[in-house]
Amino acid sequence: MKALRFAAQLVLYVPLMAILAYFSTEPRFSMVAPDEALVRVSFIHATQRREACRERSAEELAKLAPNMRASQDCPRERSPLLVELELDGKLVLRREVQPSGLRHDGNVAVYQRMALPAGRHRIVARLRDRAQGEFNYAKDETLELAGGRVLIIDFNAARGGFEFLI
Amino acid sequence: MRHLGALAYLLFWMLAGSGLYLYLRFDTSAAGAYTSIGELEWWFGGVLRSVHRYAADAFVLVTIIHLIRELWLGRFRGWRAFTWISGVPLVWLLYASGLVGYWLVWDTRSQFSFLATLEWLGLAARAGQAPDRLFSLFVFLHIGLPLALLAGMWVHVQRLGQPKTSPPPAAAFAFIGMVVALALLHPAASEPQWDPVRASQNVAVDWFYQFIHPLMYATSPAFVWVFLLGITALLLLTPYLGRKPRLLPAQVDPQNCNGCGRCVADCPYEAVILSGRKASVFPERCAACGICAGACPSSTPFRSLRELVSGIELPDLTMQDLRSKLQAALRSGSTELVFRCEKLKGNGGIALRCLAMLPPAFIEYALRNGARRVRAIGCAGECAYRLGMALSEERFTGRREPHLRATVRTERHDHEYSFVLR
Repeated sequence: MKALRFAAQLVLYVPLMAILAYFSTEPRFSMVAPDEALVRVSFIHATQRREACRERSAEELAKLAPNMRASQDCPRERSPLLVELELDGKLVLRREVQPSGLRHDGNVAVYQRMALPAGRHRIVARLRDRAQGEFNYAKDETLELAGGRVLIIDFNAARGGFEFLI
Repeated sequence: MRHLGALAYLLFWMLAGSGLYLYLRFDTSAAGAYTSIGELEWWFGGVLRSVHRYAADAFVLVTIIHLIRELWLGRFRGWRAFTWISGVPLVWLLYASGLVGYWLVWDTRSQFSFLATLEWLGLAARAGQAPDRLFSLFVFLHIGLPLALLAGMWVHVQRLGQPKTSPPPAAAFAFIGMVVALALLHPAASEPQWDPVRASQNVAVDWFYQFIHPLMYATSPAFVWVFLLGITALLLLTPYLGRKPRLLPAQVDPQNCNGCGRCVADCPYEAVILSGRKASVFPERCAACGICAGACPSSTPFRSLRELVSGIELPDLTMQDLRSKLQAALRSGSTELVFRCEKLKGNGGIALRCLAMLPPAFIEYALRNGARRVRAIGCAGECAYRLGMALSEERFTGRREPHLRATVRTERHDHEYSFVLR
């Protein structure tokens, strides 16, 4: 009887072990085919204020409570961000993103992922972070993208704008 | 299979124990995490790491089977609704704990899972290496979320009397042995180190936790949200879909309740409390199993009252009904009497809501009034009311009040008891 119970336990535990061992790593998964590369646009940026700050007059300052007398009046709302991405002359991304927050005074987060065939590609990225006017940041570069690699398109205004990391 | 919930508890403690050692050896920085895991000695730290991994996977497997089994057995309505509903968020907490745990390794699998999760949540991250501050957040989450899970597991069993949070020793040792054997035979290994410009290819996905990432890439983040929130909503609403008519809950007769608290101790669903030195029933928690009536010292047929009223009993199956049926059977000249759980198929004998509804005094009463043998038959497998067989066993063998007196000899064969006078 004990041997039977032991055998029954084995019947239960061996398949359980096999299931755990197999599905903890297999089957393997690939996001892109071996002959494809990935472009990942991923950045966070605080856009310019929608309206410029203005100096408060002496009368205005006098009306404010002493602890609130900031010399400038800066509306909180930020501009929407417009971003475009062109691959080999074809526009593949154009998106206007509102700043986060109830008052639209937070950062703008942009994320986009796209696969493309490995090889040489001309990549143009443009961005506008003010309310009006033309794009104020752009980067145009031709890159060799190997299969299985990722081109990260980052944006950092303090470092001059777009950065292509490969 | 009936110990799945207790096995989940065991796996949690295995994870906590192995995780504690791993945390001591772990470098909680983005730069040092991967290396510190690689430096674990294979014969101890390496084994514990594998145990941590496989225990986490087994936790998911055991939890999902537990959920499906309870659903299959219809254990989610009425008095079980609280336990069912409180279990649903635990699945989310379990998955969140496990997913964050994978990020700590900081290999390409972490990269795959972290970026997929960000995309699923609609968030973006700065490119390149993660700052240590973010890594500290991972560590905080991987400790905080399991603690929240533990708190949730505690809440989950609050409406269960005598909850089983540890499996029988044999099952526990077998399960621990299985996980350790798996850790030795198939040690967990890291993937290559995080590389932001390397696409996730040929990733060793842990399908127990990370199945949502390939699902999202095959569909969309919105689909995964709808899928998971839909399942969650369905599980939360399940107790209220197609409700069955409920049996009448137990009632207390204050004149006959002496406030001994046996019904409180024996109720499998924490439906009875002592209030003002008298028992009090929460009707919505009551399963109407009658176990409380079987525990009540006033449920004895030897009482000379014309109308037997117990301190606590079921309005539609009173102790007076039971005594009348017993007396009728004895008057008909039956020398062998059978009490049986009404969940058993077939007819014959005196049916009880649960075997533990039978006060042991009824057995002695039958034997002293003409019956040569009394049989009591409970559920063949798992008791429909959790504790019926266990409580009956303790009462019949004199280990629990109200106990069967020593003048009666008891024999047990599987789920059937046989009683004769000594």
